[in-house]
Amino acid sequence: MRDVAVVGFTQSKVSRREFDRNETEILMPVIQELKKEMNLENTDIDFICSGSSDYLAGQSFAFVAGLDAVGAWPPVSESHVEMDGAWALYEAWVKMQMGYADISLVYGFGKPSMGDLPHTMALQLDPYAVMPLWPDAVSMAALQARLCLDGNVFDERAMADVAVRDRSHAKNNPFAQVSGDFEADALLAEPYLVSPLRKHDCSPISDGASAIILVAGDRVGEFCDRPAWIRGFEHIVEPQDLGARDLTQSRSTAIAGEKAGVGKDKVDVAEIYAPFSHQSILVERALGVGPETTLNPSGGALAGNPIMATGLSRIGEAAAQVWNGTADRAVAHATSGPCLQQNLVCVLEGN
Amino acid sequence: MTEPPASLTAPHHLAYTYKRSLGPVLGAFFNGLRERRILGVRRANGGVLVPPKEYDPESGESIDEMVEVSDEGTVASWAWVNAPRAHQPLDRPFAYALILLDGAETPLLHIIDAPNESDIKTGMRVRARWADETSGSILDIACFEADDGSKPQPKPAAKADGGDPIEILRIPVELDYTYSAGQSASRLLRGLAEGRLIGQRCPVDGKVYFPSRGSCAKHAVPLSGDPVELTDRGTLVTFSINRVPSENIKLELPYAAIQVVLDGADTTFFHVLGECNIEDVRMGMRVQAVWKPREEWDQSVGNILYFKPLDEADADFDSYKEHI
Amino acid sequence: MAERCGVVGIGQTNYEASRVDLSMAGILREAAQRALDDAELTWKDIDAVVIGKAPDMFEGVMMPELFLADAVGGAYKPMLRVHTAGSVGGSTGIVGASLVQSGVHDRVLAVAFEKQSESNAMWALTVSMPFSVAVVAGAGGFFAPLIRGYMRRSGAPEDTGIRVALKDRLNALKNPYAHVKMEDVSFELISDSPMLWDPVRYLETCPSSDGACAMIFANEKLASKAPTRPAWVHATEMRSEPTAFSGRDQVMPQATLDNAAALYKKAGITNPRQELDCAEIYVPFSWFEPMWLEGMRITDINEGWKMTYEGATALDGDFPINMSGGVLSSNPIGASGLIRFAESALQVRGQAGDHQVDGAKKALGHAYGGGSQYFSTWIVGSEKP
Repeated sequence: MRDVAVVGFTQSKVSRREFDRNETEILMPVIQELKKEMNLENTDIDFICSGSSDYLAGQSFAFVAGLDAVGAWPPVSESHVEMDGAWALYEAWVKMQMGYADISLVYGFGKPSMGDLPHTMALQLDPYAVMPLWPDAVSMAALQARLCLDGNVFDERAMADVAVRDRSHAKNNPFAQVSGDFEADALLAEPYLVSPLRKHDCSPISDGASAIILVAGDRVGEFCDRPAWIRGFEHIVEPQDLGARDLTQSRSTAIAGEKAGVGKDKVDVAEIYAPFSHQSILVERALGVGPETTLNPSGGALAGNPIMATGLSRIGEAAAQVWNGTADRAVAHATSGPCLQQNLVCVLEGN
Repeated sequence: MTEPPASLTAPHHLAYTYKRSLGPVLGAFFNGLRERRILGVRRANGGVLVPPKEYDPESGESIDEMVEVSDEGTVASWAWVNAPRAHQPLDRPFAYALILLDGAETPLLHIIDAPNESDIKTGMRVRARWADETSGSILDIACFEADDGSKPQPKPAAKADGGDPIEILRIPVELDYTYSAGQSASRLLRGLAEGRLIGQRCPVDGKVYFPSRGSCAKHAVPLSGDPVELTDRGTLVTFSINRVPSENIKLELPYAAIQVVLDGADTTFFHVLGECNIEDVRMGMRVQAVWKPREEWDQSVGNILYFKPLDEADADFDSYKEHI
Repeated sequence: MAERCGVVGIGQTNYEASRVDLSMAGILREAAQRALDDAELTWKDIDAVVIGKAPDMFEGVMMPELFLADAVGGAYKPMLRVHTAGSVGGSTGIVGASLVQSGVHDRVLAVAFEKQSESNAMWALTVSMPFSVAVVAGAGGFFAPLIRGYMRRSGAPEDTGIRVALKDRLNALKNPYAHVKMEDVSFELISDSPMLWDPVRYLETCPSSDGACAMIFANEKLASKAPTRPAWVHATEMRSEPTAFSGRDQVMPQATLDNAAALYKKAGITNPRQELDCAEIYVPFSWFEPMWLEGMRITDINEGWKMTYEGATALDGDFPINMSGGVLSSNPIGASGLIRFAESALQVRGQAGDHQVDGAKKALGHAYGGGSQYFSTWIVGSEKP
């Protein structure tokens, strides 16, 4: 495979509501800053790929607003996935593998604050027999959490510990939305939101955008002293039907992690996109990352979840840990669909 | 420097009733529900999948052997919804649940109606409470309820003649948004509320955008320059005569949909031409806005009812051809 | 550097206004199963799945590929969902091919669909938003003024569009999958059909269809062993530009011209009119045939109508266009681009039946979308590149 590295990453300050800026206005400075940092013009970039979803804004062709933020003139070679930007990055990586591109720009953005996100997410479900019951995203996750709790896969305290850890880590992340020092006991004394989930178990609703530059082969040195090389990359989807899969584990994460070679060596840092605390535990176990791994140094999705950019940001945050020398080997994870239906794993290395 | 006023917002209601054709396997399931029977489909491994699919979820192979399962079963998991959202099946607290029906291999997602959270336990027995009227819908099962061993209420009699087979489900999808225009575009909209047409200049090439969403897509920069007051006169650069009804458009047919460039602006926008015979609409016509009565103005391009022809010579093609 | 990639399986559904006999899974599976049958493969042989479709509001499902992944054998495999507006079908083919060309996978299923009967395309394409006035009625309302601009610029005879429509509707009679088949079609029938978005007549307009198209891509080793001669991917290209900015040429966008130049360069083509045998071009309204003949640099600017007018683009002409009947005859929007790609591959495989161009060796597949701003194209050949 061709050597490809993550060399640049920018993101917007994640917030509950970007009241005064539309999607283009949120994304534009993120891309501008990245191009400036990397000293790149559009004409230097061979391929652009993005991730977004029409239903967040309730309007067809959300990605057109994204293109407006790129300044696609002269015209650009560009594609879009109706998925998290992490999968856009995968498509760009594939294009680089085939030699189509040496430098790629990838971005993702979401402004879910305009709607009722948990309600909107019901539209992802089987439109015949499930969606008409309007199960919201929190209820779907709660069904999974209860199966795990009843099966003694973990307990509510372990879930609270995830929130304590991620919010604490987020104190060092200037872009985070939720951060601070919390005690598990205090969190567990809070009422249920949708039992067995409490508020701390759920990622916040967030507006935001992020962007990444990928560079292949010999040119990497021009951009970064210590690039984050992509050494393994895989994504796997499961059937959606909750009844058709074992929800107390994340089989697709395990397969993707195995194929990406997560277990080949020590993992210093893992950035996990778990929209709910219990899902973080399932992903950690599926990846097989243990006590020697620092989990979610950025605070992860519980600290901010700008849907359609969150997964891409995990790759950026993991790469940042490689750039600054904290990690020789970092793993980034992204998810999509109800109850960890689809999962992506990217292994980044400093050497 | 004073803080710019906040972005304008407005409700955006997205609603459509979708027509979902079913095919044979889903068709059997929903026709079964109408008769108050729950049908699954047998997988290659012998297990029964409920609700059924026309393929095995693991292998993708086609399957179509329908098998009836019980309307009673065991709770595999549940989530207590204290504060139901709009459109959810009950407007009082209830539980979403995964229910393993007797005879099925995989649990069904549905709801349980129970007075309190404490009335639900994993592993408890539940039974379907059927709706009084069934139509071929997952909501023909009104809910599940605790099976306390008492004799179930007799099922409401299914119609002897259930009517024609159901081929299509009608599923309403309704979402409510609060659309925010963005700060920059809000400046333009506030201008419109005062009957002013405010263009915004691209700082890179000086071109004047009207209307705009606040940025220049060519250069990817905010339209940060001083606002440019425009007149409500302009040139019709191209058009079509629309004779097609659309659910989104409240105009009487036929009408002339026109692209206009206002004098002093460098971008076009779509609007309507009035006070003109359809046969007389031409590229290059000089036009002027006709406004709604002042008391009806709000923050919308809709304050301009339509454009009307001006009694002026047509613009030369070369003068506006760059806008097509 | 890229691996060679061949199209080894092609499947299309029968296109109709409403495939009331099929669920969404069913429509994908009809196309995918036919592609598997064509390639003599089973679901197990597929390494990854790419699903393409146009806006989610058409079917009212957010990211429907999630609930459909296992319907196309995607369970526990990689699955991508592409969406690039009307060009999405083409982009889906390009992403599918790239997964093989990169060496990442050996065999990939790409499937694109639209089940337009679930809603109404005019509604979904132009949902009314606050603060704006709704004037543009669907895609026709958007493109008709641009067609008028082309007519003015090129001075093309007013019946050019009618001639395109007649040719495509006659071709559709030879395509077993086509949606609109009019045995009695004639110049007069089209010219007398009502103006919908003047200057676009009813019979110069694409229908709204249910349907899906699937293609299976394989690497050189596997494709060489395929039961039917593969169509080899010679080059793929994409270009995008913003919908609106000052001075944008909406009729002949720079993105199409740049896209064509880059595509031919990669395919080693210097004279497309001479070196290509035929093309399937995305023509949702008849006038886009001459427009994209120019946009694809097959002829000079403002001259495209002459090729139509002289009969060059007819099935027996020297540069046949839309032998299948094109988008004018079948239009499940999200699949329409992949159908163009698939039909170009059918030609170079010699599989196009009654609408086969004799001896076709190199063919162009083309799709566009948005406000004439997204372009996806490829060239396939009967010989390896």
